[in-house]
Amino acid sequence: MAGLSEKVYPYIANSAPELKKRMLDAIGLKSADDIFAEIPEHLRYGKQLNVPKPLLSEYELRRHVEGLLAKNHFAGEYLSFLGAGTWQHYVPAVVDTIIERDEFLTAYVGDAYADHGKFQAMFEMASQVGELVDMDVVNTPTYDWANAIAIACRMTARMNGRKQILVAETMSPARFAVVKNYCLPDIAVEKVAFDPKTGLMDLGDLKAKLSDKTSAVYFENPSYLGFIESQGEEIAKLAHAQGAELIVGVDPSSLGVLTPPVRYGADITVGDLQPLGIHMQWGGGLAGFIATRDEPKYVAEYPSLLFGLTETTKEGEYGFGQVYYERTSYASRERGKDFIGTTTALYGIATAVYLSLMGPQGMRDLGVGILQRLHFATKELAKLPGVKVPVLSAPGFKEVLVNFDGTGLKVSEINHKLLEHHIFGGKDLSREFPALGQSALFAFTEVHQKDDIMKLVLALDEVLTHAPAMA
Amino acid sequence: MTARVRKDYQQARWNEPIVYELSLPGARGVLVPEPEPEVQAAAGDVLKALPAGMARKELPNLPEVSQKHVLAHYLHLSQETLGSNITNDISEGTCTMKYNPRINETLVQDPRFCELHPDQDEDTVQGILEIYHRFAKIIKEVSGMDDVTFQPGGGNHAVYTAASTVRAYWMAKGQLAQRNEIITTIFSHPCDAAAPATAGFKVITLYPDKQGVPDIEALKAAVSEHTAAIFMTNPEDLGIFNPRVDEFVKIVHAAGGLCFYDQANANAFLGVARAAEAGFDMCHFNVHKTFGTPHGGEGPANGAFCCRKELSQFLPVPRVEYDGKKYFLNSNYPNSIGKVRDFMGTACVILKAYAWTMMMGADGLRECADISVINNNYMLAQLEHVKGLDYAFRGNGIKRQEQARYTWEQLKKDTGVGTDDVNNRIADYGIEHYWTSHHPWVIPEPMTLEPCETYSIDDLDEYCAVIKRISDEAYADPDFIKAAPHVSASHRRANDAALDDPAQWAVTWRAYLKKHPR
Repeated sequence: MAGLSEKVYPYIANSAPELKKRMLDAIGLKSADDIFAEIPEHLRYGKQLNVPKPLLSEYELRRHVEGLLAKNHFAGEYLSFLGAGTWQHYVPAVVDTIIERDEFLTAYVGDAYADHGKFQAMFEMASQVGELVDMDVVNTPTYDWANAIAIACRMTARMNGRKQILVAETMSPARFAVVKNYCLPDIAVEKVAFDPKTGLMDLGDLKAKLSDKTSAVYFENPSYLGFIESQGEEIAKLAHAQGAELIVGVDPSSLGVLTPPVRYGADITVGDLQPLGIHMQWGGGLAGFIATRDEPKYVAEYPSLLFGLTETTKEGEYGFGQVYYERTSYASRERGKDFIGTTTALYGIATAVYLSLMGPQGMRDLGVGILQRLHFATKELAKLPGVKVPVLSAPGFKEVLVNFDGTGLKVSEINHKLLEHHIFGGKDLSREFPALGQSALFAFTEVHQKDDIMKLVLALDEVLTHAPAMA
Repeated sequence: MTARVRKDYQQARWNEPIVYELSLPGARGVLVPEPEPEVQAAAGDVLKALPAGMARKELPNLPEVSQKHVLAHYLHLSQETLGSNITNDISEGTCTMKYNPRINETLVQDPRFCELHPDQDEDTVQGILEIYHRFAKIIKEVSGMDDVTFQPGGGNHAVYTAASTVRAYWMAKGQLAQRNEIITTIFSHPCDAAAPATAGFKVITLYPDKQGVPDIEALKAAVSEHTAAIFMTNPEDLGIFNPRVDEFVKIVHAAGGLCFYDQANANAFLGVARAAEAGFDMCHFNVHKTFGTPHGGEGPANGAFCCRKELSQFLPVPRVEYDGKKYFLNSNYPNSIGKVRDFMGTACVILKAYAWTMMMGADGLRECADISVINNNYMLAQLEHVKGLDYAFRGNGIKRQEQARYTWEQLKKDTGVGTDDVNNRIADYGIEHYWTSHHPWVIPEPMTLEPCETYSIDDLDEYCAVIKRISDEAYADPDFIKAAPHVSASHRRANDAALDDPAQWAVTWRAYLKKHPR
C-alpha cells in the first residue's frame, strides 16, 4: 500500500515503521495519501514508476556502479594527449582532501556567519585568480569558460548598447556555439578570419568588420589551436578606437609565464579554472571565471555572486558578504543582470587550495615545464615521415597542431591505431576546422614524462610505417 | 516537547587570516615535476622563445605557504562552514537539502570516472555513456517526458535551456517577433522570470489569488497571440499544490503557447504526480537536489531538461544514444539550439544521482515523497503554536505539501525582531541559516522550511524547539537577538552598506589593500 512501505531506507530516518506511525499519529493522518489528496486524482500518477529494481545495500550498489565504470579506460591507464578545453593536470592530494570535506561539499546558500569559511575560501579564490590575471574583480565561477565568454559579451552589450560581437575564428567551436545561443536573439556574433600560416588574427579583416556598432572583440590566448596571439596590443587599440571592449580568454595555467591580457589592453578576462586543481571528469570539471577592473560600470553588469571582505561588529575580525547584490536576478528577478543560480562554487574552492599550494614559483615552474615539453615533443614529432608540426608558425603554450595529410591516413584512423598502444591521440580537428586538413591538437602538460612523449612518437612511427601507400 | 537543543553550541572560530597573511618568503606547498634534462636541453630557453611582450616578467603574486599550513588553513575554513551532512539543515526551503551519501563520493573519485577526458574515443567511455543513458531513462519515467538533456550546469541553466528551446520553436515557425512574451508566477523561482528575459522575452508575472495559488483569471487576461510560453512551478514556494494546474496548461495551449514546468522542487512528488499528466510540454529537475547529490556550496550542479518529442529536435548536442550494441554521442540534429555548456554537462552529478536512484528504486522514490510531506505537516503542526509566527495563507483549508512559507510579521510588530534577526540567531544553535524568500518578499518577514525525507523525528523536534526558543528570547530581550549571531564563526557585519559602495567593497585581497590601507 502506498505510503506504508515496510522497507527501512538508510537515507530516510523516518522510514522506520514505528517512527512513521508516530509521526502520522501526531498529525492525525493515516498515510501520506491524506496529504496528496490535495492533488486531483487525474493529475496523480496511479502506477508505480518503471525504474530498475533497487540495489538496497551499499555493497551491491558499489558492485553495480563499479561494474559500469570498469567499461571505461582512463587517462593514467592510457597515455593521454587530449586537451582542447579539458586538460590532464596533476591534482595535489590536499585539494581533494579539502573539497571532499562534508562542510564544503554539502554547504549551500547560508549567510557568511555560519558559512564564514566558505565565503573566505571563495574570496581567496577570487584574490588569487585576480593576481594571475592582474585584475581586481573576479566572480564566483560560472558553468564553464564558454558561459564566461557569453556572459561577458552580454555585459559589454549592456554597457555600450551595441549588438555586434567579433570573435577570432580560431576560438573553440563548442564555446562559439554556447556564445551564439546565449547572445540570441539580438546580439550578432561574427567571426574574424585568421592568417592560415601563423594562426594569428587577420587584422585587415578585423578592421573591415569593426565599427561603432561593435560591442566587443574576443580572442583566446593561448588560442584553441594552441598558438599564442601576439597582436593583443594592436587588437586592443583597434577595438578601443571604435569604442568596443576587448575580452580575452586565457588558460590560467599559462599565467606563470605568459603576460596577463590586461597588460595588452583586455577589459575583461575570462577562462576556465579546470587546469587549476580540478579533475577532468569527462568534461564535467569546468568552471568559468570572469575578471574585470574594479570599476562600477563593470561590477554593475556581473550576473554572478561576488563575495566581498568587510568588517564585523567585533574589532579586527574579518567578515564577508555579497557585493552589490541588487544586480542579481535573485534580488531583482527579470530586472537583474541575466540570471544566476547554482554554478560551480566547489571548483572555486579547489582552485583556491591549488593556487595556495603552487605559489608564485609553482606557477612559473608549471608554465616553464609545459613549454619545455611542448618544444621537445614538437621537435620529436617533426621527425616522423609525412607529419607536419607545427602547422601554424606562431609559438604555442601547451598544445600544438599536428598535420597528417602527408601520411595518407586520417586522424581518426591514426587515433584508432594508437588505442592499441594504449594512447589517446590528439583531438581530431578535421571536422571543426576542415581547412586544416587531417590535423590533430596534441596537449602536453606536467604529467608527461620524456618516456611518455617518446612512447607516443614510437607508436606513431609504427602506425605510420604500417600505413598504406601515401595518396 | 522534550527536544534536544544545543544550548552550549559554539561554532569553530579561528579568526583565520587571509591566506596572503600566512605567506612566508620562499615557502612551497607542492613541487611541480621537472622535465628531464634531455627535454630541457632540447627545448632551450623557452621563455626567450615567446613572442615579444608575451613573457610575464614578474612571478604572479600568490601566497607562499608550506603544505601543512595550506591544509590547516582550509581545514579551519571548512570548520567555519555548515554543510547539510553535518547539520540539521531543514533550513533551506525550496532547496531540498537532503543527505548526500558518502558512497557516491567514493564512486566519483574512482579514476575510471574522474580521469576521463571528454574527447576520448567512444569505445573507451562505454561505462559513463551507459550511466547517462540509464539515468536518462529513469528521468523520462519520473517526468513522463520523451527526451532529456543533462548538458545544463544547474537548475537555472536548465530553465535558460527551456527558454532557448521556446525561442527556437517560435523561430522555426517564423513567429518569434510576435510570440515574445513569457508568463510566470511570483512564487516561481526568480530564474523563471530572469532566464526568459535573458533569452529576449518580455516577462509577465502572475500573483496569487485568495487561496494562495496563481490567479487563473489573471492568466486568462495575460494570454494572447503574443504568448510564447508559461514558466511555472507547482507547488510554489508556499507548498500549496495548485489543483487547477492542468487548466493553466490548457489555457496557455489554447492561446498557442508552450508550457514549462519548473520542477526544482520535485522531491515530494516522485512517483506521485508528473509533468506529463498535467499536460506540460517541458520540465526540468535540479538533479543536485532531488536526486541526492551535494550542492557544493553552490555547485557543481546539473539541470535535467526534459521535453516532449515534438521539441526534442531543439535539444542541445551532443546527445547520448544507443544503437543496440554501443553507446555513442550524436550531434547530427540540425535544428538543435547548439550548446549551452561545453561537453556533456557535470558528469559527476549524473553519476552520483544515478547511484542514488539505483539505491532507492521505485518504492524508495515514493518513500521520499511520502516522508517529505509527512515531515512537513508534522513540523507545521508544531510551529503554528509558536508566538509571533504564522504561515502564509493559513486557514485556506489546503494541506501543505513538502514545505511552507512562514512569516514573522507578528514578532516584528511586537518586538522589532524580524526574520533576518531570527535567521542570524538560529546559527547560534548549530543550525544553518534558513531560507527567507526570494525577492520581492510578498509575504512579510518570511521563513521557508523544507523538512525533506532525510530528517528524523528528533531533528524536527529539535528544529521546532529552537524556533520556539528564539521566539521566547525575542519577546524577553529583543536587542540580544538583534545582535546575533553570538557564537558563530563570525559576528554580524558592521555595515552592510559598505558592500554596495564602490569606494569600500573589495572582491579580492588586492582590492581590499588598495581601499583599506593598513
